[in-house]
Amino acid sequence: MHALVRGAGVAGLTVAFELRRHGHAVEIVDRAGYVGAGASGLAGGMLAPFCEGESAPESVTRLGRAAAEWWEAALPGHVGRNGTLVVAPPRDTGELKRFATRTTCHEWLDEDGIAVLEPALAGRFRTALFFRDEAHLDPRAALGALKEWLADDGVRFRFDASSPGTDFDAVFDCTGSAAIGTVPGLRGLRGEMLYLETEEIALSRPVRLLHPRHPLYVVPRGGNRFMVGATMLEANVGGPISARSLMELLNAAYALHPAFGEARVIETGAGVRPAFDDNVPRVLRIGNAIHVNGFYRHGFLLAPAMAREAVSLLERVPA
Amino acid sequence: MLDLYGVEITSRLFLGTARYPSPKILADAVRTSRTEIVTVSLRRETAGGKAGGSFLDLIAALGVRILPNTAGCHSVREAVTTAQMAREIFQTNWVKLEVIGHHDTLQPDVFALVEAARILSEDGFEVFPYTTDDLVVAERLVEAGCKVLMPWCAPIGSAMGPVNLPALRAMRAHFAEIPLIVDAGLGRPSHAAAVMELGYEAVLLNTAVANASDPVTMAGAFADAIEAGRAGFKAGLLEPRDMAVSSTPVIGKAVFS
Repeated sequence: MHALVRGAGVAGLTVAFELRRHGHAVEIVDRAGYVGAGASGLAGGMLAPFCEGESAPESVTRLGRAAAEWWEAALPGHVGRNGTLVVAPPRDTGELKRFATRTTCHEWLDEDGIAVLEPALAGRFRTALFFRDEAHLDPRAALGALKEWLADDGVRFRFDASSPGTDFDAVFDCTGSAAIGTVPGLRGLRGEMLYLETEEIALSRPVRLLHPRHPLYVVPRGGNRFMVGATMLEANVGGPISARSLMELLNAAYALHPAFGEARVIETGAGVRPAFDDNVPRVLRIGNAIHVNGFYRHGFLLAPAMAREAVSLLERVPA
Repeated sequence: MLDLYGVEITSRLFLGTARYPSPKILADAVRTSRTEIVTVSLRRETAGGKAGGSFLDLIAALGVRILPNTAGCHSVREAVTTAQMAREIFQTNWVKLEVIGHHDTLQPDVFALVEAARILSEDGFEVFPYTTDDLVVAERLVEAGCKVLMPWCAPIGSAMGPVNLPALRAMRAHFAEIPLIVDAGLGRPSHAAAVMELGYEAVLLNTAVANASDPVTMAGAFADAIEAGRAGFKAGLLEPRDMAVSSTPVIGKAVFS
């Protein structure tokens, strides 16, 4: 079978990967000109099904549990399996208790436990939650590697506006927020993030900082770089980061460790996450296309499960 | 029936729309809360957003009356501008006026609040001011044109419940003719029942519902508590007393000894 995949973000590339696994010929088109041009390239890359269970429905935790294995199998060496650390400023430790009551598969750490895991944070927090089974990856590195693997495997990439033709047996639309207005019920949520660079602090795993108004995270990316994310605004607007969001993200990083105050801000970014009204992604057949969309903030976490579902749909109903 | 600027309202629960796990859960909570009025904060990003595919479309689809608010505004000018944008977007003269004076406690800046209320009332707005339980400030707001008052009972999102019942009682006594709506600080259904028992007309909730483990069920629990508190107030509550009062008449009872 010859399949066309529209969109070279995390949804499109994972669908392409699953299609190749089933022996289908695949062509990928993305007018943006490179992989991860949409929300995927701005993602945190946390494979954190249990932390996300704090506010997401049970299905997100269930479908996301296998994500780390999928990515490790697809891209050996790209997945860091060091868990997630969740901390709260001293005056907000109530938030930590609340977080614990709504999540599973975590353990409480005391000051010494925190110091063993993250020496840089020694003495800064009295207590923390540790989600041992969670993982993370670098979205841009992972998407780049996935693209290379697919290209080596015979997948054709078309990064211009030229029409890919019509002689396909199946079309997968994985265009994310570009499909808002086309896919019924799909809405946009603005998200903002930034990258810091500093040699003064090292972290081994994503750290979430709970705060009643702005729960934020810092993910180590290697090379002394840290991604700080991410705001969630109910608005279908891209464009540069706002001063207020920049301030809040930097405040969070500074609250985690004052060394971030001396870090260099090497990048800021903002984008639009596509989401349905329940914030759970869907595989939908609309006309001749199978749409895989609505990943909200769970692209890397849920793309493997949704890609499998989309491709199984193809197997059941031959075009 | 509750009369707010000439609009008759049956439900005495107003619901905020922020911080739910998803718009779907918000929509379900609106349904179980039986509310007729939701309050929506207008941010610049929202106002400037593309039409379609947005949160505001989902809010409009809820089919309830929208009370736009100026949450996050820290100055008179900011609040007035936000209210004017909200009037354009939501096509309503109603506005829940918030002017925040303190970043940490989200306490209203009552001086700026009174000034903004005057400007907006003169501009034809029907203002629902988020204020403290201070009587003098409340008087100034009424002078500025407000026909509804929305005092906090504790800081926004604190879930502490009514921390100063005597002040709320004094406010009720002092403003017998003005609809009073408790706007912030409630954590539990029993808190809502308690303020309704004081004779408050309604309650506005957001965090207590949105951040509950099950917002949909919590919205219904608050709705029931608010109705119970209101019914209790209407039915005439007993005043507490120090001594026991037998519920069975003692006079005429046979005496065995």
